Amino acid sequence: MIPLSWYLILSAGLFSIGLFGVLSRRNAVAILLGVELMLNAVNVNLVAFWRYGDLAQMAGQVFAIIVFAVAAAEVAVGLALIISVYRRRNTVVANDIDLMKW
Amino acid sequence: MTAQQIIFLVVGFVTLGSALMVVTSHNLIHAALWLVSTLFGVAIIYTLLNAGFLAVVQVVVYIGAIAILFIFAVMLTRKDMRDQSPQLNKNWWVGALLAVVTFGGLFFLLQSWSGFSRTAADLPSGFDAIGRLGEALVSPDAFVLPFEVASVLLMAALVGAVYLAFNRK
Amino acid sequence: MNFWNDPLKVAADWSMEILTGWGMPEVGARVLIAFLGVFLLIAVLMVLDIFLVWIERKVVARFQDRIGPNRLGPFGLIQPFADIIKLLIKEDITPTGADKVVYNIAPMLSMMSVLILWAAVPLAPVILGVDLNVGILFLIAAGAIGTLSIIMAGWSSNNKFAMVGAFRQVAVMISFEVPMLAMLLIPTVLSGSMGMNSIIQAQYPIPFVLLSPLGALIFLIAAIAELGRAPFDLAEGESELVSGYNIEYSGMKFGMFYAGELLHAFTFGGFWSILFFGGYGLFGLEKIPALMWLNNPFINIFTLIAKAMIGYWIIMWVKYTMLRIRIDHMLAFNWKFLTPLSFVLLMMTALLNVLLRDGSTWLYISGMFLSNVLLAWTALEIARTYSRREREKVEGSKHSLGAVEGVAEAHH
Repeated sequence: MIPLSWYLILSAGLFSIGLFGVLSRRNAVAILLGVELMLNAVNVNLVAFWRYGDLAQMAGQVFAIIVFAVAAAEVAVGLALIISVYRRRNTVVANDIDLMKW
Repeated sequence: MTAQQIIFLVVGFVTLGSALMVVTSHNLIHAALWLVSTLFGVAIIYTLLNAGFLAVVQVVVYIGAIAILFIFAVMLTRKDMRDQSPQLNKNWWVGALLAVVTFGGLFFLLQSWSGFSRTAADLPSGFDAIGRLGEALVSPDAFVLPFEVASVLLMAALVGAVYLAFNRK
Repeated sequence: MNFWNDPLKVAADWSMEILTGWGMPEVGARVLIAFLGVFLLIAVLMVLDIFLVWIERKVVARFQDRIGPNRLGPFGLIQPFADIIKLLIKEDITPTGADKVVYNIAPMLSMMSVLILWAAVPLAPVILGVDLNVGILFLIAAGAIGTLSIIMAGWSSNNKFAMVGAFRQVAVMISFEVPMLAMLLIPTVLSGSMGMNSIIQAQYPIPFVLLSPLGALIFLIAAIAELGRAPFDLAEGESELVSGYNIEYSGMKFGMFYAGELLHAFTFGGFWSILFFGGYGLFGLEKIPALMWLNNPFINIFTLIAKAMIGYWIIMWVKYTMLRIRIDHMLAFNWKFLTPLSFVLLMMTALLNVLLRDGSTWLYISGMFLSNVLLAWTALEIARTYSRREREKVEGSKHSLGAVEGVAEAHH
């Protein structure tokens, strides 16, 4: 049988890779890809703890479904923002969108 | 090595490998397609965890909608077909270091927890996960309020996305 | 348990005995038998696909008042094989600048998304790949993979027409998934389960088409849009976009797209019959004691294929009779008419189901049927009022211009 540690290591690894993506990529859409990886890692964690904990408590799965909804909402609005920024400034490189810096 | 363990190892490696390709791929469309592969891997992990409904919802919501949104967004925000510019930041090694430290920290923290190597309890027979999930989502003393708030959130996101991306000619 | 009542189990046990007799470990034998089952199913489906090509060409010919292929073999039955040979010997072209890996994977994914659906379709109570308890969502999930394959094909062809065709097709597919999902929830509500087998068992003796005809109709419309067939085939109409997302595909890759589309249409015919017409059941005939011999799996398979053929024929009938709809009209039709209607229908069906199910059967059937008819009539009246107002606005402005009055009067 699969011990819980395997799932937790998988989700920790996925989270760290997503973190690397968010911190190191130039393109704004690529940063959002990293955020998606992190959200998926969190979901795997939640469902693993549901399975290896109290099966009668559906809180793990419900939380995972709410995270699905939140991730979808965030991606939709984030990509809409990026597309509007692209229309104005013709770039999606995160470093170049610096109108608010002095 | 039971069959389940072998499947988990294969799927785990594919998932982590695809995730690495997502964050290091030069061509953004390829990165989005590697994301699809990662999401598939996560769906299989859900199936291994006996959360079949979540696995199918993952494919429908993430791959069927979010990944396609990403592909559309990448196509709409580029000046030419080929990405020539470098894709990693000037200080990407700081990001890599932080990622490794995070992973190490999480692993170290979890290892000192007693339940780290727990094995799964068997599912009770006749366990209807979907029915219980449905009841939990609409029952007043369970999770109906977060459920309704999530639907309001999705409505707000829908209106916001349409308004932001609307091209007023 | 003999062969006629439970063919798959008997065949699996017999093969298991032979394989373990040869010394193979049991786990390996089981995996091998599973693979053999999968190959058998795919082989049967692909042969069926070839004959779907023949059926399609003959039916379209008859709709257009001609005969169709009749030179090769009796009734043109060898024609599809000639088509396959032609596609196989064509040159395999990859356009310059195309993304080779994505370009080659797209037709494979498109075919895969159709074949994988048959794993969850129950051909008989004992003949099915896997009895998924989320079978309905599985249908949408496989559709999501198909959507992905289209956008991969359109993008990797390095061709503007392919891109525009793929964008339009994917926009239509994603949009029409919403009413389709709402309509897939109607058999769930009426039968209390999302598994295909349970839905079919719950349709004895009343098939769900009697309880929710509007649901069946909206599901059919959304399914035709998902398939990308006329009247929703703007993405691949010849006069609009040359060929949409499969412009740059030649030879067997195009063959996979084409055959995959036909098989997808047949599969949706099958799903339509499972969800609303009773699937492999014979409308309760097999429960009559005198006709118990109809409970045979082979008769079940035959019934399901026959119903799927009828559904496929209706889809073809719609394709060869109706005009193509413009893309903005398509999307407006979905978001302004079909989606609100499907949500109202779902709520109404759920409510009436709870209220009427415990009463008398005739009240139940007639109540739900009449409520559906009433809702359809109301929706059409609202649509008619709205379009009348729009037409008056347009014709009013024409009259005020004065220049086209002669034309307007000629119309009256």
